Formats: sequence, structure tokens, C-alpha cells
Amino acid sequence: MTEAAMKSVYEQIGGEPAMAAAVDVFYRKVLSDDRISHFFEDVDMERQAAKQKAFLTMVTGGPSRYSGRDMRAGHAHLVAQGLNDMHFDAVAGHLKETLEELGVPAPLVARVLTIAESARADVLNR
Amino acid sequence: MAKVKHESQWYPLEAGESVLDGLLRQGVSVPNSCRAGACQSCLMKAVRGTVPEAARVGLKDTLVAQGYFLACTCRPTEGAELEVAGAEDLRVPARITSLTMLSSDVLRVRLHADAPFEYRAGQYLSLVRGDGLARSYSLASLPHEGVLELHVRLIPGGEMSGWLATEARPGDAVHVQGPAGNCFYVPGRPEQPLLLAGAGTGLAPLYGIVRDALGAGHTGPIWLFHGARTPAGLYLRDALRELAERHPHFHYRPSVLTGGSRDVAEGALDVLIRAECPKPVGYRAWLCGDPQLVLSLRKKLFLSGLSLKDLHADSFLPSAPQVETTASSASGAR
Ligand code: FES
Repeated sequence: MTEAAMKSVYEQIGGEPAMAAAVDVFYRKVLSDDRISHFFEDVDMERQAAKQKAFLTMVTGGPSRYSGRDMRAGHAHLVAQGLNDMHFDAVAGHLKETLEELGVPAPLVARVLTIAESARADVLNR
Repeated sequence: MAKVKHESQWYPLEAGESVLDGLLRQGVSVPNSCRAGACQSCLMKAVRGTVPEAARVGLKDTLVAQGYFLACTCRPTEGAELEVAGAEDLRVPARITSLTMLSSDVLRVRLHADAPFEYRAGQYLSLVRGDGLARSYSLASLPHEGVLELHVRLIPGGEMSGWLATEARPGDAVHVQGPAGNCFYVPGRPEQPLLLAGAGTGLAPLYGIVRDALGAGHTGPIWLFHGARTPAGLYLRDALRELAERHPHFHYRPSVLTGGSRDVAEGALDVLIRAECPKPVGYRAWLCGDPQLVLSLRKKLFLSGLSLKDLHADSFLPSAPQVETTASSASGAR
């Protein structure tokens, strides 16, 4: 393995500053998408953005305190409101677009999406 | 059961009750206003015992280090014993110097602080009457002006605004406490476009911030949107027009929901903002006033490209829950 491949995507795309830039773009996409925006109606935008940032940090392999159990607990109420695969796919699509817009190379985007995919069962409480 | 000791007497708290509610229920007078951890009127000092983290959110480090906390957001854990004292030593004595109507329902209150009161243009303070009644108001003045100026909306049945409008006289003694709030101009990036928007007395902090930015030599375009229901609700129009004449990069846009004219736009504030500033990417923005308006504007501006870190919003919380139900939803404490 080359050294670059050992480093997390998080480090390779620039760590925290890159996440800060990505969260605005990503959260804006999520909020503008009628299919999923109602899951993000919390009026406290700062807190929502912080959660989005934690999510991005996790899927890029950065320092994250999320565990599978937290993911389940954190989404249970949304699953009760009808959160399903279609919504998960929509969020994953915005994630892909966000990283592409920010110029993240395709192989890294693919790795991030693989990590995101591995969280599907926990997010949808299956 | 948690207990609170105040002036050598112990008061039991009901399960989940805040220190503020518990003390008020048992007849102790504690200044308070928003009861939501925002106005800091209910500041108290913990003399002994532990205070939950939530009761210190938003307080300056220097206050936290001295044991201060907010009584309205302080819900001690079961069995906790807490000894508290009031925040009298943080209050600055002040005198009312003038009371002038700016419009049919906005009163300009000018105060002179009898001790140094440091703040940044756009922050707010708690005004405390002799009997402890407290309300928070945004400052419309600039620190170097040596006068504290508040724009007080007259609320039907409002205790503080009613007192100020009918009984208070220049020379009356009050106290001010604070300041608080994160809506202020920070020098730097002088070429960045600025966008300020607010309705009603939400203009007060914006008036301070605009003049602060101009005074600091801000060179980028500055947009100020002031909304009201009708033209009678707009105030300081002449002063703002004059300011715009002196500073060509400052644009003042008054707007009303009904009764527009050649000089005053008619329509919803967000529509007007979108027409004048269609792509606010890279702007810095301040939003003040009615919470619903502030929240919806914030979301719209974010979606149209403003970065969350450049969006500063202070909504005016109702002074207390009971006022919220009796007055119109737009009633604000500031
Ligand atoms: S902060 Fe406690 S009453 Fe406003």
C-alpha cells in the first residue's frame, strides 16, 4: 500500500477546514431537497450543521465519536416517521455531489460512499 | 428533592423545576425576562454546590469562573443543595436621560450609565427597574457615544414598556446589566458585502452595527432592510436616508406589507432582499427581530449561498411565557 492510501480520506482532502467548507454545501443540498428536507426541519441550524459535520467527518474516516449504536439511537425517531432507503439514497447522492464539487478525486469519493453505505443498516434501524 | 439556599433560607425545588421558577413560586423576587437562557436577566451566583453545565451556556468565561449561572436554565439534579446569591454587584446604576417617541409605538429611551458599561454595537442589555422588573433591549447606540440608546416597542399591557411610556421621567434611576448577544461587527475583510435585515425594533441593533461598520471604514456594499407592517411602523427613516446620502455604498431599503410608496417598497422582506441581493454568496449578514422572521430569513439566506458562519441572528424572545399568550406573537422583549 502507498502512504497516501494509508491516510484517511479525511486527512487527504484537508481535515477539519475541508469539512467546514463541505458542511455548508452538503447541508444546503439536503435542505433544498423536498424528498428529505422535512427530516431536517430543526430550527436550530447551528446544531444541525454541527451534526452534518460530524457525519461528514465520520464517513471520511476522520476523528469521530459516532458508533453504530449512536447511529441507531439517533435515527430511530426518523425511522418511525418513515425514513427509508429512498431517503438514504438521496442523502448519499448529495454527499457524492458535494465531494465532487469540492474537487475530491473519484477514488476517494468512492471510498467515502462505501463507508456511508456500511452505515445504511444502522441508520435505517435494520 | 433539590434545595436552594437564598439569603439564609432554604427553598425546596420540585422535580425538574428551575431555580428561577422555584424561587419565584415561593415568593423570592429574582429579575427575569425571557426564561429561556438568552437575556441573562436572571443571572445568579453559586456560592456553594454544583450548577449543571446547561445553566452556564452563553455566559462569558469570566462570569463562569466566578460561579455565575442562569437561574432559568438551572435544574439541579435530584438531592442537590445549592447556595445562591443575586448578581447585584454586576449591575451598573444608570439614569434615564430622555424619552422620545420615534413612531406611534416605538419609544427611544436614552440612559446614562453611572459606571463604565462596556459593550459592542448590536449587543443587548437588561434594563432593571428599581423593584427588580427586568427586560432586555438591544442597544442602538455606539460605545463611544457615551449614551445608551434603546428602542422600546410599546406592548399593550407590557409592564416595562408601559412604565417607560407613561410613568418614567428623565432622571429616574435604573440599573443596566450585561451586555449579551453575538450580533456585532468585527473589523476585517472591509470589502465584504454586508446584509442587515430586521423588522420593527429589530432595527435598533442593526442601526448600531451599520454605523459601527461605517466608522471602522468598511468599504464593501452595506445593505439595510427594515420591514414593518405599515409605513407608520418604520422609524429613523430620515436619519438613515441621510446616512445613505453621505455613504454611497450604504443602501437603506425600508419596506412594508401594505401601503408602499415611491420611497418605501411593498411586499415581504425576503422577496425584497432577493430582488436586491440575488446571490449573497460571500456576504456577512445580521438578522434581528421577531423569531419567526429571523429563522425563516436565516434559512433562505443560507440556501441562497450565505455561509452559516457569516450569518448572525438574534431573535427577540418574548419576555416571559405568560406575556406570550396574552400579547400578539410578535411581542418581543427587546
Ligand atoms: S436568561 Fe434567564 S430569564 Fe432570560
